[in-house]
Amino acid sequence: MELDFSIEGGDFTQAGQASSRVKKVLKQLGVDAKCIKSIVIALYEAEVNVVAHAYKGQIHIQIDKDKIQTLITDEGPGIPDIAMAMTEGFSTASKKVREMGFGAGMGLPNIKKNTDELKIDSVVGQSTTVSMVNYF
Amino acid sequence: MSTTTPTYHALKVDAQKCIGCTHCMTSCPTEAIRIRNGLAVIEQKRCVDCGRCMRECPAKAIYAEQDDLDKIKSFKYRVVLFPSVMIGQFPEKYTEDQIYAALLKIGFTHVYEVEQPIGFLKDSIREYCRKDKTYKPHISTFCPSVVRLIQIRYPSLVDNVIPRKSPQDLGACFALEQMKKLGAKREEIGLFYVTPCIAKMSSVKSPADGEESIVDGIINMNELYNRVRKNISTAEVPDTSDQRENLTRDGILWSLTRGEAKHFGERSMAIDGIHNVIKFLERLENEEVPDLDFLELRACDQSCAGGNLLSGNRFLTAERLEHRAKRYKSSLKFKDHPIQEMAPVLKSKLISEPLKANPAFILDENREKALEKMSKMQRIICFLPGIDCGACGAPNCQALAEDMACQQAKMSDCVFLQQTWQEENKISTSKALNNMEKKWGKDRFKADCNKRGRRNEGF
Ligand SMILES: Nc1ncnc2c1ncn2[C@@H]1O[C@H](COP(=O)(O)OP(=O)(O)OP(=O)(O)O)[C@@H](O)[C@H]1O
Ligand code: SF4
Ligand SMILES: [Mg+2]
Repeated sequence: MELDFSIEGGDFTQAGQASSRVKKVLKQLGVDAKCIKSIVIALYEAEVNVVAHAYKGQIHIQIDKDKIQTLITDEGPGIPDIAMAMTEGFSTASKKVREMGFGAGMGLPNIKKNTDELKIDSVVGQSTTVSMVNYF
Repeated sequence: MSTTTPTYHALKVDAQKCIGCTHCMTSCPTEAIRIRNGLAVIEQKRCVDCGRCMRECPAKAIYAEQDDLDKIKSFKYRVVLFPSVMIGQFPEKYTEDQIYAALLKIGFTHVYEVEQPIGFLKDSIREYCRKDKTYKPHISTFCPSVVRLIQIRYPSLVDNVIPRKSPQDLGACFALEQMKKLGAKREEIGLFYVTPCIAKMSSVKSPADGEESIVDGIINMNELYNRVRKNISTAEVPDTSDQRENLTRDGILWSLTRGEAKHFGERSMAIDGIHNVIKFLERLENEEVPDLDFLELRACDQSCAGGNLLSGNRFLTAERLEHRAKRYKSSLKFKDHPIQEMAPVLKSKLISEPLKANPAFILDENREKALEKMSKMQRIICFLPGIDCGACGAPNCQALAEDMACQQAKMSDCVFLQQTWQEENKISTSKALNNMEKKWGKDRFKADCNKRGRRNEGF
């Protein structure tokens, strides 16, 4: 089964839409509650990253009987040093974003913690692609 | 994961009165209601007893089963146990003494307010919250509607619910022990709990932790209110204040919003209104909330002052209680009170079994089948109009798609689809009408000036 969403950069009011929808679907599929929680947390962080750091993005989700695959692609500045971005506390969030309660530099580490497979690709100045897999 | 014994639900639909108007269906926060054959049907597994449907029903067709008040007559000692909130709904001109006197006149021999021993519960919850650091924020078990909501819809949060009994369980134990002290034998005592809501009624009959209830009967607060109003007078009555000597300020305020939250944790929150609670639990589940210690969640607006078996305005009720509470001492002042003798007996009875999840929104136990149904739902939804009109007997298009995918509804249940099919000659007009009659009953199509929305019924 597939689900698609689009994300608008800068629109924090909309962040969380995809993760809420996915949560409902996974509950209906009878996926274990703890597993759902991890997926929702990871997806939410990835959504917020697009909202906070990029211009716009797409989410494509594929759910099978044993796993969920999520692909988030965005048009944005990209990440020059992915390894650095993955470290706890690293953030380039603007002052404005920080004032909204984001930008602690915990998003990517949190995604790492809550996914079974994580792959990040980026073309600086163009785009970032986050690919995550969780097994039920 | 699911429990075997079906949970008791007090809400029933009166087939004679129900007009299948969809008001209940659209108000239900868990989408538990459908209209079938012109009548509202409550899906028991999804019902959390919040009573929204009963409130919304214009035909008064949704009711709660209850025990007959005359049942009290068969006992030597007839004990009425009511939550303090009951006092709040009476007009100010009636004093507490007069309300107590009316209860005795009705036939009760002993009067107890549920919250008399609340100090023990407060201490027990506090102790639990201090010890447990794993499942934060701790969620109160006070409102049975919220507890059921968590069981069926937020299974990942069941461990956050504090394993302690509710005030009425404690109040019932307390009243029984006191009666035994006076020399009464258990079989001589008839203990009647007066409930402010459907949820407490259901939870007393079948507690969430599966244990047996100790009360002998449940009285609908509305019903008792009417009886008291009939029997009360503003004339001078004997002073009954000695019967309230255990009652504390904390107890009186307990069932109001923030009544619990203010006692526990550094950071606590109180949320009332089931839709507010749902919105918050969604966030909590996603860990989109700060580190909180304690959550008081109540299904009714203004908590129990807005209970669905209370009459009177919820704000006035809350105000009267707040006013009343000022005359009573805080439970802190009860450290050396004789009530402390009860501590050894009551403390152990406060602990309840850990809550079990009972998820009610799974499409199919078999994951592959569930996925199939889900895909089917997604295909179906493309054909539905998306205006959530309810004319299909489901609360919204999404819910209808789900019913269709689970073979609980037909494509022709959607009036829009059916109309298109007629246009395309896929279905005859008479067959289409027949379908509608089956769903809504023949009477829907008759001219009748006494239907809902009848003459003189508007503004
Ligand atoms: N989609 C993206 N496009 C461009 N840069 C990104 C994107 N996602 C993350 N980054 C970069 O990686 C850094 C770390 O991301 P991370 O999510 O860990 O922290 P944050 O978003 O800054 O703060 P937090 O997630 O705690 O609110 C960001 O500050 C940003 O520089
Ligand atoms: S808030 Fe009080 S009255 Fe309302 S359902 Fe919960 S326990 Fe019952
Ligand atoms: Mg982030």
